[in-house]
Amino acid sequence: MTDSLLIVGAGQAASQLIASLRQDGFAGAITLVGEEAYIPYQRPPLSKAFLAGELARERLFIKPEEFYAEAKVTLHLNTRATAIDRARKVVTLEGGNELGYTALALTTGSRVRKLPLPGAELPGCYYLRGIADVELLQDKLKAGNRVAIIGAGYIGLEVAAVAAKHKLKVTVLEALPRVMARAACTELSAFYEEQHRKAGVDIRCNTKLEAIEKHGSALAIKTSGGIVEADFVLIGIGIVPNVELASAAGLKVDNGIVVDDHARTQDPAIYSIGDCTNLPCTYSTTGRIRLESVQNAIDQAKHAALSLMGKPKAYNEVPWFWSDQYDLKLQIAGLGDPGDQIVLRGDPTSRSFAAFRLRGGVVAAVEAVNAAPEYMMGRRLIAARAKVAPERLADKTIPMKDMA
Amino acid sequence: MAKIKYIEHNGKEHVVDVKPGMSVMEGAVKNLIPGIDADCGGACACATCHVYVGQEWLSKIEPMQEMEKTMLDFAEGVEGNSRLSCQIKVTDALDGLTVKMPKSQH
Repeated sequence: MTDSLLIVGAGQAASQLIASLRQDGFAGAITLVGEEAYIPYQRPPLSKAFLAGELARERLFIKPEEFYAEAKVTLHLNTRATAIDRARKVVTLEGGNELGYTALALTTGSRVRKLPLPGAELPGCYYLRGIADVELLQDKLKAGNRVAIIGAGYIGLEVAAVAAKHKLKVTVLEALPRVMARAACTELSAFYEEQHRKAGVDIRCNTKLEAIEKHGSALAIKTSGGIVEADFVLIGIGIVPNVELASAAGLKVDNGIVVDDHARTQDPAIYSIGDCTNLPCTYSTTGRIRLESVQNAIDQAKHAALSLMGKPKAYNEVPWFWSDQYDLKLQIAGLGDPGDQIVLRGDPTSRSFAAFRLRGGVVAAVEAVNAAPEYMMGRRLIAARAKVAPERLADKTIPMKDMA
Repeated sequence: MAKIKYIEHNGKEHVVDVKPGMSVMEGAVKNLIPGIDADCGGACACATCHVYVGQEWLSKIEPMQEMEKTMLDFAEGVEGNSRLSCQIKVTDALDGLTVKMPKSQH
């Protein structure tokens, strides 16, 4: 039986692991080490309501401070773990203190991918990952300010939507031919690009960057399509998993800390959960994946808890994601693959529609815009690996409930 | 402040004060009341904060938006008084509100 659990990384996964374990009667000691100054908080609102100033900071916290006291969790915030000694079952903290464990959970998450471009380190260039990042950006969110956003993924487009709403002059620079190329099908990309254009956002795809230079009090971004001037730059080109601690300890790392479907690494005493893991996934065409999502952090944590409690249950949940831009709620379930057959249901001009992805006739994913029935039923169809004829899926006169 | 009574599926009652402006979901989570998962944190994206609202309160809370209605359509154990608690904003007028949690949030 585990009598002391040490969790390194204080995010969504850590908070869920603690909640699930204590709810299930875990009696061992729990210690949580986190680099940031905060107890675990939700990241999704950072690029949405929190950036927009519509959500106070205290509403970001997943659980209140009292939760950790009540759950008898020893907190070490503002603290970085520097090494794991697997033989002695000890984690070293910055400053040299050591914490022992019988079980260790690495929930180290991810950090922003830095833009390898001359000038990207200039003052006025920002990234968005934590509360502190957003608090810097909030001051810049003033009508008339010019922002250049590098990267048209979720972060870039969500910030673009908030900035456009605040009447900034917004330019989005994307290297690929379309926006959200990694997350969505071409039909959805085209729709979102048009919505941003309508809101006044200047979206430039196929744009290669050459350098960022200081230009008076502003910044000039030299691109393959000319110079873009901006008062500040927001870089959102993805995240990289925090695997260094695991890797230095000799744990297997391959685009994430390699775990099985119980969130276990190859060391029976060490678990890993969330963005930092590479996990088996039967919904992925490659069989393994690294997921950057709240859903995965929560569900993987629940399964790690079951395993720690001696009631292991294999993790095989349908991945799901969401994004809020303007008045559009995008909900995605399943994982897309370039070879998928795309079936549209509903008319994009109605601003409520969905794109289903069929793989060998089986519903593999759904990307739903303001279309909750398509999303919710889609999740069930994906989990059931259901075959649905494309013409039925596309037929709006057949309710989603009847698709099973 | 509004006093809200949360009743777990097993009948256990919790009465707590919730600040106006917060959601009924946040009131439960911040007060460590089990039975509401709220995986998405209140974005109306997951339907894991399903509650049953005391009949007498149905007319007093903000009506459902389309998104909530359709998300609920696919939740389990939905009744006429089902709501997603992240979409119910607490006001002083909701002082005394009672909500019950379903058997599970899946």
